[in-house]
Amino acid sequence: MREPELRQLAKPDRDTVEVMRLKLIIVAAIIAVICNVDIADASTTPQVADSISILPPRIISLKDTPNDAGTSIDIEWELSPTESLIPGMIIEYQVLRAPSPDSTFEQVGSVPAGTSTYTDEGTIPNKPYWYRVAAVGREQQVVSEMAGPGHSVMQWFDRRRIGVAIFVALTCTLVMVFIEVAKRKGKMFLRRLPVFDAIDEAIGRATEMGRKVLYIMGQMDVDDPQTVASMSILARVAERTADYGTRLDIPCVWPMAMSMARETVKESYLRVGKPDEFNANDIYYMTSDQFGYVAGVDGIMMRDRPAANFYLGSFFAESLIFAETGYTTGAIQIAGTAEVDQLPFFVVACDYTLIGEELYAAGASLSGDPIQIGSIRGQDVAKAIFFVYIVAGVVLKLFGINWLETLLKID
Amino acid sequence: MLMTSGPWVWIAAMLTLAIYSFLYKDNPFYKIAEYIFVGISAGYWAIFLWWNYAYPNLFEPLAKGNYLNIIPIGLGLMMFTQLFRRTAWLVRFPLTFVLGVSLGLQIVAAVEGDMVPQLRGTFSPFSRGVLFGTADFWTSIGYIVLLVGVLSTLIYFFFSKEHKGFLGAGARIGIYFLMIAFGASFGYTVMARISLLFGRLHFLFSDWLHVIK
Repeated sequence: MREPELRQLAKPDRDTVEVMRLKLIIVAAIIAVICNVDIADASTTPQVADSISILPPRIISLKDTPNDAGTSIDIEWELSPTESLIPGMIIEYQVLRAPSPDSTFEQVGSVPAGTSTYTDEGTIPNKPYWYRVAAVGREQQVVSEMAGPGHSVMQWFDRRRIGVAIFVALTCTLVMVFIEVAKRKGKMFLRRLPVFDAIDEAIGRATEMGRKVLYIMGQMDVDDPQTVASMSILARVAERTADYGTRLDIPCVWPMAMSMARETVKESYLRVGKPDEFNANDIYYMTSDQFGYVAGVDGIMMRDRPAANFYLGSFFAESLIFAETGYTTGAIQIAGTAEVDQLPFFVVACDYTLIGEELYAAGASLSGDPIQIGSIRGQDVAKAIFFVYIVAGVVLKLFGINWLETLLKID
Repeated sequence: MLMTSGPWVWIAAMLTLAIYSFLYKDNPFYKIAEYIFVGISAGYWAIFLWWNYAYPNLFEPLAKGNYLNIIPIGLGLMMFTQLFRRTAWLVRFPLTFVLGVSLGLQIVAAVEGDMVPQLRGTFSPFSRGVLFGTADFWTSIGYIVLLVGVLSTLIYFFFSKEHKGFLGAGARIGIYFLMIAFGASFGYTVMARISLLFGRLHFLFSDWLHVIK
C-alpha cells in the first residue's frame, strides 16, 4: 500500500510592492477617519477595494484523505494576506482541479472566506491531480500557483472504526461458538414466550370456526432480518394449519418474499406428511405499493373474515390499519415487529405482541433449529458483556477515565 | 361557482370518498376503489422496478460491456424456474444468495449504526459532575433514568434464562420502560396520522370543493 503523499510546496514569491500599496491605503484610510472624512460611504469603499488587487492564496499541502477508499484528497492552503488586511474583500475560495499540468483547471468545490482546507471527494484512486485555489472577491479573483501531483490511495482498514471491528468480531465469535455448542448438545434452553401457546390456540380456533388463517409478513423483502424471522414462525404456523387442515392465506408485498414463503410452507406441508394439500395459489403477490396492499388486505379481512391474523415482520404506517380492521372482524391477532414506532399500535390492538427481539427469539425457538437457537444464545452472552461494559463505562467515567468511551468513537 | 375542478380531481375525490366509505362498512364503492388501487399499483411497481432497478443496473451496463452482470441476470432468471414443477427447486439458489449477502452486509451496519452508538450514548453523558451534583439536577436525573432504562430493557430481552430473581425484577422494570416509551410513541405517531387526514381533507375542501381558498 502506498503511503499518503504529502507535497510541501515551494513558497512562491510575494508581491511585496502590492503589500506595501495595501498598507499605504489602510494608513490613508485611518488618517481619513481621524480627519473626519466619511470613508464608510458606499460609493467610495468599493472603489478603494476595486483599486486593490487580491493577493493569491498558497497551497501548502495535498494529502490523501486517511481511512477512505481512495476517493478523496485533502487540500490545505495559506489564506490570502488580503483577508487580514481588508476583511470582507474575499468572499470565497474556489478549488480548481486538472488531470495534468497542461489541462484546463475546473472548479471542484468552494468554501467561504476564512477557510483554508477542502476535501475533494471526487477522485479516482492512484490517479494524479493538480490543484489551484482561487481567492474570489466581488469584482475579481486571483488564482494560486499550481500544486501537484496529488494522489488518493485506498486504505484497507478504516482505523477510526476499530471499536466497531472489535464488537463485530466479538458478537460473531460468540454466535458461532454457541451455534457449534447447540449443534453438539442438540437442545438448549430458551425462555418460553406466551405467544407460543397463542399460535396453537389461534389456529385451533380458526379450525373450529371453519375459517382461514391470514399471515402477513410485513412490508419488507427477504433482505430484511425481520422477514427472515417471520419465515421461521410461518414454518410453524404452516405445520399447524397443515395438521388441522385449515386454509392459510398469505398475500405478499414482494415477489421474492412470496417465493420464499411458498418454499417455507411447502416444506412444512411435507414435514407433516400432507404435501398434496399444499396450495401454492394461497401464497400470492398482491402489490408492492404500501397502501394498495393495505386496501387489498383490509378487503380480505372484511369479506373472508379470517379467524386468526398474524402480522409478523417489518411494518410501517399500515400497522394500525391492519390491527384495527382485524379487531373489528373479531379475529385473534398475533403481531410481532422490531419497528419501534409501530409496536404501540400492535400492543393496543392485538391479542399477543412480540416486541422487537422477541420476534427473532420466537422464530428460533419455534423452528428448533440449533443454528438459530445457538445464535440467540450467543447474542444473549454478547448482551451480558454489553451490560457489564455499560456499567464499567459509567463507573470509569465517574472517575474521569474515558477509554471505554473512546474505543466506541466512530469519527 | 363551486366544484369547477377538472376530471382528474373529481376522480381522485370520488376514490378518496370510496376508500373512506370503508369506515362505515365494506361496500361496492370501496371494492371498486380497492381493485383499482391494487391493480394500478401492481402495474406501476412492475414498470418502476424495471426502469429504476433492472434496466439501469443490469441491462444497460451489460449492453456497455459489463459481462459480470450475466451472473445476477442468471440468478434472476432462476426465479422463473418455480413456474415448472420439475425445476422449481432451483429457485432456492437466488433466494439463498440474496438472503446471505444482504444479511451479511447488515451485520456491520447494525453494529455501526445501532449497537455502538447506543452503547456509547448510554454512558457518554456521565461525568463526575453528574453524580456529585455539579451538573443540572434534572439533567443528571435524566441520564440516570436513561441508564436504568437501557440496562433493565436489556435484561428483558435476555432469553437464555427464566425471568426470576434479579433477572425477573430487572425485566419487570424493563417492561415498564418499554410501555412508557410505547405510550409516548403512540401519541406522537397518532398526531402524525392526523396530519395525513388533514392533507386529504384539504384536498377535498380546497382542490375539489374550493370551500377553502
